[in-house]
Amino acid sequence: MSTEVLGKPAAGTRSRQERALERYYQAGQWQLIWWRFRRHAMARVALVVLGLLYLSAAFAEFISPYAPGTRFEGYSDAPPTRIHFFADGRFVGPYVFGIKRELDLKTFQTRYVPDRSRRVPIRFLAPGDDYKLWGVIPGNLHLFTTEGDVPVLLFGADRLGRDLFSRTIYGGRVSLTIGFVGVLFSFLFGVIVGGISGYFGGTVDLVIQRVIEFILAIPSIPIWMALSAALPRQWSVVKTYFFITIILSLISWVGLAREVRGKLLAVREEDFVTAARIAGASWPRIIRVHLLPSFTSHLIVVLTLSVPGMILGETALSFLGLGMQPPAVSWGVLLQDAQNIATVAQRPWQLIPALFVIVTVLMFNFLGDGLRDAADPYSS
Amino acid sequence: MFSYILRRLLLFVPVLIAISFLIFVIIQLPSGDYVTTYVEELRAQGVEVKPEDIQELKRRYGLDQPLYGQYLRWIRNILLEGDFGRSFSWNKPVSAILKDTVPLTIAVSLGSTLFVYLVAIPIGIYSATHKYSLFDYVATFIGFIGLSVPGFLLALILVWVVYSTFGVNITGLFSPQYADAPWSLGKFLDLLKHIWFPIIIIGMSGTAGLIRVMRGNLLDELQKQYVITARAKGLKESEVLLKYPVRVAINPIVSTIGWVLPSIVGGETLVSIVLNLPTTGPVLLRATLSQDMYLAGSITLILSTLTLVGTLISDLLLAWLDPRIRFGKAGE
Repeated sequence: MSTEVLGKPAAGTRSRQERALERYYQAGQWQLIWWRFRRHAMARVALVVLGLLYLSAAFAEFISPYAPGTRFEGYSDAPPTRIHFFADGRFVGPYVFGIKRELDLKTFQTRYVPDRSRRVPIRFLAPGDDYKLWGVIPGNLHLFTTEGDVPVLLFGADRLGRDLFSRTIYGGRVSLTIGFVGVLFSFLFGVIVGGISGYFGGTVDLVIQRVIEFILAIPSIPIWMALSAALPRQWSVVKTYFFITIILSLISWVGLAREVRGKLLAVREEDFVTAARIAGASWPRIIRVHLLPSFTSHLIVVLTLSVPGMILGETALSFLGLGMQPPAVSWGVLLQDAQNIATVAQRPWQLIPALFVIVTVLMFNFLGDGLRDAADPYSS
Repeated sequence: MFSYILRRLLLFVPVLIAISFLIFVIIQLPSGDYVTTYVEELRAQGVEVKPEDIQELKRRYGLDQPLYGQYLRWIRNILLEGDFGRSFSWNKPVSAILKDTVPLTIAVSLGSTLFVYLVAIPIGIYSATHKYSLFDYVATFIGFIGLSVPGFLLALILVWVVYSTFGVNITGLFSPQYADAPWSLGKFLDLLKHIWFPIIIIGMSGTAGLIRVMRGNLLDELQKQYVITARAKGLKESEVLLKYPVRVAINPIVSTIGWVLPSIVGGETLVSIVLNLPTTGPVLLRATLSQDMYLAGSITLILSTLTLVGTLISDLLLAWLDPRIRFGKAGE
C-alpha cells in the first residue's frame, strides 16, 4: 500500500523510518505475519524445499525418467549410474554406459561394471514411457530419459531392477499427501471435539479431557500396528490409503483438540462472544464465525507441526509392511527393501528414500517454528 | 498425600479397563475368527473337519458368546490364570512368548527413560546457564535433529555407518553364543555390551525434546528475583543454581514422563524391529502380519499397561516432589 493512495502528498518530506512505521501500522494481520515469517531464514528455506518436493510429487509422471513399474532386465539392485560428459577429451553432453554383471573372483560377489560398448545419451524433454498425468491427461514427455534398454539410474535400482529415482518421486505422492489428508481428518475431529469441550466447559469438558488424556497415555505405534493388521490385504490402494489416514488421525487429533480447547477457554469470556450470544447466534455459529477466526494462525502452526508426525507414521507402517502395500509406492514401501543389514551394507543407495523422509520432516519442523514465531505478529 | 494416591489409583482402574476393552475390540476387528482360520488351515492340509467339531471348537474358545461375554472371559483368564490365549502362528501359549520378551522390553525401555533424564537434565542446565555459547548451539542443533529424525531411520543409517566403517554388526541384544543360553553372569555382561546402542537410539528424540523444555524452564526461572536475592546473599553460584531454580524447573520435566513413556515404548517397538532385538517389537510385527490377534492384542495390552504404570509412578513421584500437587492446587 503506497502513501499516495491515502492522499498524503507530503510523503517525500518524511523520513524513511516514519514511512516504514506507517506501513507497519497500516498492515493487516496476515501482512504482518508474512513480514515476520520472512525474517526467519530457515523457515524460508523450508518453504522453498517443501514447495519443490510437492511440485515434483505433483508432476511425478513428467519429472521421473521412467514409469514406477518399468523393470530393466539385468539391472536388479544396480548401483546409481555414473553420468559422463566427455568422450575422447571432448564435451559431448551427458551420456551413460550400459552395465554388465561380473563375478568378483576374490569375494565371489556379483559386481556391476560399465559396459563401454553400449553408450546411450541422456535426452531432455524427450518421449519415453507413456503415462496419464493425474490419471487423466495422456502424455509421454519426460524431463530427462534414455532410449532403449540402457537406463540412467540416479539412485540405483531396486531388487526388481526398477529405477529408484522414479519410484522415490512417485512415492512422494502418497508420503507427502498422507500428512495433509490425515491432518485434515485430525483437524475436523480436533476442532469439533475441542470446540465442544472448550465452549461448554463443565461436565462435557471433564469427560472429553479424560478421554484425551487416556488417548495420550497409550503408546501409539503398537495400537497403529494392531489396527492396521485388521485391514484386509486385498483392498485397493485408494481404500488402504484412506483407512491408513484414518488410523493415523485416530490418535493425532487429540493434540489439536487440546489446543483448540485451551484457546477457546481463553476467548469465550470476551465481550464480543457475549454480544454474539445476546444477538441470538447459535453455538456452532459462535464457534465457527466468532471464535475460530480469532486463533486461525495458531491452528495453522499446530497443523503444520502435526504433518511430520503423520508422514512418519505412514513411513513406519509401510516400512514394516503394515501400511501401503505394493504395487502402491510410498517412501515407506521403498524402505522395505532396506530392512536387513546385509541389504543396507551392500546397497546403501536403497536408503535414499529415508533421506527424503528426514528432509521433509526437518523442513516441516523448520516451517512450523517460523510460523510459530510469526503467528502472533502483535507480540514484541 | 494419602488421599491423592488413593484418587490416582482409583482413576487408574477405569483407564485400564477402557484400554483393555479397546484392545479387545481391535483383536476382534479382522473378518473371520480364530476357529474359522484354524479350520481353513486344517482343510487346506486335507484334514476333514465336521460341523460339530467346529461348534465344539467355538464353544471351547468361547466364540459362541456375545462380544462382552468373550471380553469378560479373556480378561478373567488373564487376571486369574495368567492365560493370555493361544498364539496361532507360534502354536504356543501367548504367556510363554511374553515371558521371554517382556522383561527385555522393560529393560530397554527403562534404560532409555533413564538415559533421557540423565542426559537431558544436565545438558539442559548447561545450555541455559551458557546461553548462546558454542555448546548451546551444538546441543540445540543435535536436539533438533534428534527431534525430527525418527529412531528407526536413525537406527538403519547408524547400523549401516558402523557396519561399513568398522565391519561390526551392532544389531541384536546378545552375541550368538549367548542368544539361547540360560541366564548367567556372562550373558548379563554380554547384554550390557549390546544394550547401550538401542538405548541411545530410542532415547534420542525424548532427550532432544527434554533438553529444550529444561532449557526453556530454567531460563524463565533464572530471571526471577529470588535468584538475584540468593546471589546477593552471597551464595556460591552452584548453590544458587541447584538449590532454587533447578528444583523449580525440574518439576515440569518429571510430569513429562507421561508423554515421554508412550513415545519411548512406541520407539522401542520400531527400533527393536530394525535392530532385530529379542523384545516384544519383532514378535508384535510378526503377529500383526499374520493376524495372530491374541498375541498382537496381548502385547499391545502389556505395552499400554506398562506405560500407564510408568505414568502413575511419575505422577506419584511428582506429588512427592511438589507439594502444590499433593494439595490439589496445581494447575488451578
